Amino acid sequence: MPVEIEAIRPLADTAFTLDLAPAAGEDAARRVHTATAVLNAAIADGRLPGVTEVAAAFRSVTVHHDPLRTDRASVLKAVVPLLEQTTPAAALTGALWTLPICHDTDLAPDLADVADRTGLSPEDVIARHLSTDYSVYCIGFLPGFPFMGDLDATLRLPRRTSPRTRVPAGSVAIANGMTAIYPWESPGGWHLLGRCPVPLFDSTRTAPALLSAGDRVRFQAVSRTDFDQLTTQAAAGSLDLSQFRRTGDAS
Amino acid sequence: MTRTLQIVSPGALSLIQDGGATRSRALGVPVAGCLDRTALILTNALLGNAENAAVIEVRLTSPTLRASGGPVRLALSGSLSGHIIAADDPDSRREVRPWTAFILSDGESLKLAAPERGGIGVIAVDGGVAVPDVIGSRSTQIKAGFGGFQGRPLQAGDALPLLTPDAELPRESLCLPDGFDLGDGPIRVVAGPQEEYFTAEAYQTLTTTAFTVSREADRMGFRLEGTPLKHDPAKGSDIISDGIAPGAMQVPGSGLPIILMADAQTTGGYPKIATVISADLPRLANRVPGETITFSLVSVEEAEQAARALRGRLDAAIASIAPERRPGEIDLEALYTTSLIDGMVDMRLADHFPGNLYTE
Repeated sequence: MPVEIEAIRPLADTAFTLDLAPAAGEDAARRVHTATAVLNAAIADGRLPGVTEVAAAFRSVTVHHDPLRTDRASVLKAVVPLLEQTTPAAALTGALWTLPICHDTDLAPDLADVADRTGLSPEDVIARHLSTDYSVYCIGFLPGFPFMGDLDATLRLPRRTSPRTRVPAGSVAIANGMTAIYPWESPGGWHLLGRCPVPLFDSTRTAPALLSAGDRVRFQAVSRTDFDQLTTQAAAGSLDLSQFRRTGDAS
Repeated sequence: MTRTLQIVSPGALSLIQDGGATRSRALGVPVAGCLDRTALILTNALLGNAENAAVIEVRLTSPTLRASGGPVRLALSGSLSGHIIAADDPDSRREVRPWTAFILSDGESLKLAAPERGGIGVIAVDGGVAVPDVIGSRSTQIKAGFGGFQGRPLQAGDALPLLTPDAELPRESLCLPDGFDLGDGPIRVVAGPQEEYFTAEAYQTLTTTAFTVSREADRMGFRLEGTPLKHDPAKGSDIISDGIAPGAMQVPGSGLPIILMADAQTTGGYPKIATVISADLPRLANRVPGETITFSLVSVEEAEQAARALRGRLDAAIASIAPERRPGEIDLEALYTTSLIDGMVDMRLADHFPGNLYTE
């Protein structure tokens, strides 16, 4: 079955969005990931002249183009058959990561509250959050910010009613059935369950964003000692990021 | 001594910007870039730069600059003017006009007036501001704090790096003889991407009532005030976040639209009623808080036609770049090339005199 286009949504003369699935989730992520890969390959080998970028969201891709080099009709005529000839991947094919998380109380200010609201013990909340291999649905909101899912159904909560004005960088958070890591200190309304010491974004790296749409992420609890050591290494620029990449088995 | 452009005083918000990033959205990085692409292209053209070379974009008030370590050639967009102060004579004033390129000699200062009407001003430098390329652009990512000059707005005492020119800089001042008019009239938008989230009444309101630019208008977005745009109650005001392009007009629950600009985040979760066409983004970017805006709906094809028409006007303006004639100077070239006899009599033509001397 091809990647089906459910809707074509214009963004004036420089872009359009293609809806590829009815809702966000694992299935939508596979379709989006497949479509993005196919279209990026076509851009790279010159089959989509005038197309500047394909950006992935939860259940859609947005195709950006230069109206002086092409027009929407021509881009659609090239893009639609490419997607129709493609079968969505059976699984996400991005990189596999195991990222450290420390749950010490001062790093997990919402753990007790999440436990209260879900009727679970804090240990249970942690165990359930650690039990899932998350898919990176897309990068957005902030440079390098990964929206990941799906979260264990028992941990589904809406955003906090009053967002924090300052969420510390590295905070691992949950809301709306998803989990994320804040790459920067920023305002934010998600529930904070712990802290990850690995810098998610560094504009001086060859690959500035650690994670890409289509990657898979598992969290691994670490002690405060390990967390502090990793944080120190990250600050000194001596943290080897390859140690967090898994190879082989994707299960 | 290294040639630099010194920031004597920075103005309210002066930023290094270029054509913006093109492949940054996958990283969650806004495209950024100069809000007024026409000013970016034309000021760079006045200097013979690549059209997306990095410039100084100013808003609301203007900086004072000084050439250091050698002369610097500068070009000003249509909203900027000011005067040059000689290094050895603080009371000296040599006027510089909008849409001109000129030399600022070593040690001279350029004091600029606030952009006319408070919109966007652009100052281009020969070769482009030589800050490092980060993720395919030299634009400042204000929120993330990278790109541009040290990832932040310019401050007094900054020394902007410049390229070493291949040859001696030309001394002659150049200008756009007819300037460049962005025009007026309604800002043109294309309906969508979430047309079905809005009532017909909302589109009626959008195209028949005026909106005011609120005080919350910056490089991330312009929040507008006016009659709220009604969502279809069956649909509500939340969508599954999707992609954004500059000009997308998102409408949160309040019904008051926010037009997303170059520094907006890369995805958004509010329905977008319409998107400003690329040809009208420079005009929109120059609107300031308190000004009113009206909108008209056009098709994608009309938007594409408008983009090509704007480019045609830019190309014509670039082709017209000529030496600047200052008041009181005699324009010898014009004297030789324009028709001196236009509107006058040519005695050689038999029919010039009403009575015709050569009757039969």
